[in-house]
Amino acid sequence: MLQHLPVLTIMVPMFAGLLVPLLARVHAGIVRPLTIGALGFSCFAAIHMLLHVQGGHPIEYAMGGWPIPTGIGYRVDGLNAMVLVMIAVIGLLTALWMRRSIEDELPAAARPGYHAVLLLACTGFLGITITADIFNLYVFLEIASITSYVLIAMGRRRQALYAGYSYLIVGSIGATFILLGIGHLYMRTGSLAMADILAQFQANPDLYGMSDVRMAFAFLVVGLAIKMALFPLHGWQPGAYTHAPSASSLFIAATSTKVSAYALYRIVFSVFGTEVLVSGLPPVRDALLAMACAAIVLGPLIAISQGDLKRLLAYSSVGQIGYIVLGLMLLDERGLTGGIIHFWNHAAAKGALFCVAGALVLRTGAARVDDLAGLGRRAPWTASAVTVAGCSMVGVPLTAGFLSKWYLATGALATDRLYVVPVLLASSGLTAVYVWRILQKVWFAPADVEPRVGAEVPWSMRLPTLVLAAACLVFGIAPWSVEFARDAIAALGIAP
Amino acid sequence: MSDAQSPVIRYVARRAVPFIQLYALYVLGHGEDGPGGGFQGGVIFASSIVLLALVFGYGAGRKACPERISDFISPLGCLVYASIGLLCLLMGGMFLEYARLAGPDASDHAKHAAHHFGLIGIEAGVMLTVTASMVTLFFEMARPAPDEGGLDE
Repeated sequence: MLQHLPVLTIMVPMFAGLLVPLLARVHAGIVRPLTIGALGFSCFAAIHMLLHVQGGHPIEYAMGGWPIPTGIGYRVDGLNAMVLVMIAVIGLLTALWMRRSIEDELPAAARPGYHAVLLLACTGFLGITITADIFNLYVFLEIASITSYVLIAMGRRRQALYAGYSYLIVGSIGATFILLGIGHLYMRTGSLAMADILAQFQANPDLYGMSDVRMAFAFLVVGLAIKMALFPLHGWQPGAYTHAPSASSLFIAATSTKVSAYALYRIVFSVFGTEVLVSGLPPVRDALLAMACAAIVLGPLIAISQGDLKRLLAYSSVGQIGYIVLGLMLLDERGLTGGIIHFWNHAAAKGALFCVAGALVLRTGAARVDDLAGLGRRAPWTASAVTVAGCSMVGVPLTAGFLSKWYLATGALATDRLYVVPVLLASSGLTAVYVWRILQKVWFAPADVEPRVGAEVPWSMRLPTLVLAAACLVFGIAPWSVEFARDAIAALGIAP
Repeated sequence: MSDAQSPVIRYVARRAVPFIQLYALYVLGHGEDGPGGGFQGGVIFASSIVLLALVFGYGAGRKACPERISDFISPLGCLVYASIGLLCLLMGGMFLEYARLAGPDASDHAKHAAHHFGLIGIEAGVMLTVTASMVTLFFEMARPAPDEGGLDE
C-alpha cells in the first residue's frame, strides 16, 4: 500500500473530481461526502508519507513500471511531503468549511461543478508538488492554473469574471515562460527527469555558462515569479483573491502561490543544483533577493490602506511569499528552515484569516474591514481566531510567524546579509499596523456601534477556522515543523 | 432554421458524416504504433458533429449531440483512462503498467497483448473526452445570442 501512496494521493481526488459531475445527476447529496472523503484520503496519505520519509527515506514511484529516467517518476522527500500535507489539509478544511458559503454565493446548479473543480485543482497542486519530472510539473501546473481560473471566475459579481480573465492572461504568459525554460533545458540536457538533469549539472559545471541554460533558468524563474505573485509581478493576485467566491479565496490564497514557490525550491535544488545561485548565475540570486525584500516591505505597506478585508489579505500574501523566496535565496540552513516552515505557517495564518473573511461575507454580503466592528462581542470564537492568526502574521513570540522570522533573521546574519534584518523588522511593524486596524475593530469597537456581523457562523465554518488558528499556536510552540524542515534540508544535501 | 445553400452541400454533408466517424475510429486504432491516437481521433469525430451544425444549423447539430450527452461523456473518458490505470495497480503492477492486465503469471505473448489493449483502452478514454470537449467548445462559441441568430442567421 505504501508503495502506491504517491500515485493514490493524486488519483483519488482526481477520480472523485471526475465522478462528482456524473453522480450529481443521480443523487446531489453524494457530492459533499465524496469530496470530503477523497480529500480526507489525500490528507491521510500525505501525512503518512511525511512521517515515512523522515530520516532520509524518499519514496519513488515509476509510472507504468518504466524505470525513472525513461518514464515519469514521482518522488516524495522531506520537502515536498511537507507541501503535500499543506495542500491536502487546506483542501480538506476548505471542503468542510465551504458548504454554507457556497450555498450563499453560488447558484444551486453550479455547486456540484464547483466541488469537481476544487478536487481537480487539488489534484493539480498535489501533482506539481509530487512529480520528479519537469515536464510533468508543467502539465500539473496547467491543470492547477486552469482550475484556478474557473474557481476565481465563479464569483458572484461581474468583477470576478474580469479578475479570472486577467489571471488567465497573466498566468498563461507565466506558464509559457515556464514551458520555454523547460524546452531550453531539454534541448541542452536531453532529459526531463529532474534527477537526470541534476546529475548532468553536477558532472559538468561548465553547463552553467551555456547561454541556453541561462535562458532556461531565467525563463523558469520569471514564469514561476509570475505564478507566485512575487513583487512586482503580483498584479493579477489582489483582484483574483478579492472577487473570487470566499471558498476559492481560502483555498487559492493558502496554497496556490506557495506551490509555485515550492516549484522554485525544487528547480533550484533538484534540477539546476544550488550551485546555479552561487557560481552559475549569481545575478539571478541578487535580483530575487531584491524582489523578495521589496515584497516583504511593500506588500504590507499597500495592505495597510485597503478597506476590503480580502484585498488587504491579498496584499499581505504578496509580502508573505517574499519570506519564502528570501529563505531560499539565503541558501543557509537556518534561512532555509525559516523559508520552509513558512509554507505551513503562512498557510495556517492566511487560511484562518480567509475563513474569517468568508464568514464576514456570509453575514454581511461583503468583506469590509469596518464591518468587523463588534465581532468580539458577537462571535468570540471567530474573533479569537482572527487575533491568533493576526499575531502570527506579525510574528509575535509563541506564534508560528515568530519562528519563521527568527530563522530568516539568523540565516541572514549567518550569511552576512545584515540589510535583511531591518527589512524583516519593518515588515513586522507594517504588518502590526494593519493587524491592529483589524483587531481594534474586532475588540474595541465603541459600545454604541451595533455590530453588523450578528451571531457566530455555524460550526462547519467555525471548526476549520479554529483548527487553522490553533495550528498557528502549535507550530509556534512545538518545534515539529522545524524538525521536519531540518530533515528536508538534510535530505536535499545542504551542509548543516 | 438552416439555410443550407444547396441540396448538393446538404446531401454530401449527410453522407460524409459516417465516413468521418469511421475514419476517426481508424485513427484511434492506429494511435499505439503509428501517427494518430485518441486526441486526433476525438477531434476528427467531433468535426463530424461540427459539419452537421455548419450545414444544418445550430439546432440540428446540437440534436445530434445534446448537451446532456457531451457533459456526461467528457468526464467519463477521463474516468476510463484513470480506471485502467487503477486496474493495473489492483492487478499488482504500477499505475498504468498495462502488461499486468494479463494476470499474475501470463505468458509474454499475453502480456504483450494486454499492453496493447491497455493502450487502446486509454486512447479510447482520451477520444471520448476530446470529442465531448471539442463539441462543447464549438457549441458554446456558436450558441445563438439573444439578439443575433448565431450560426442560424
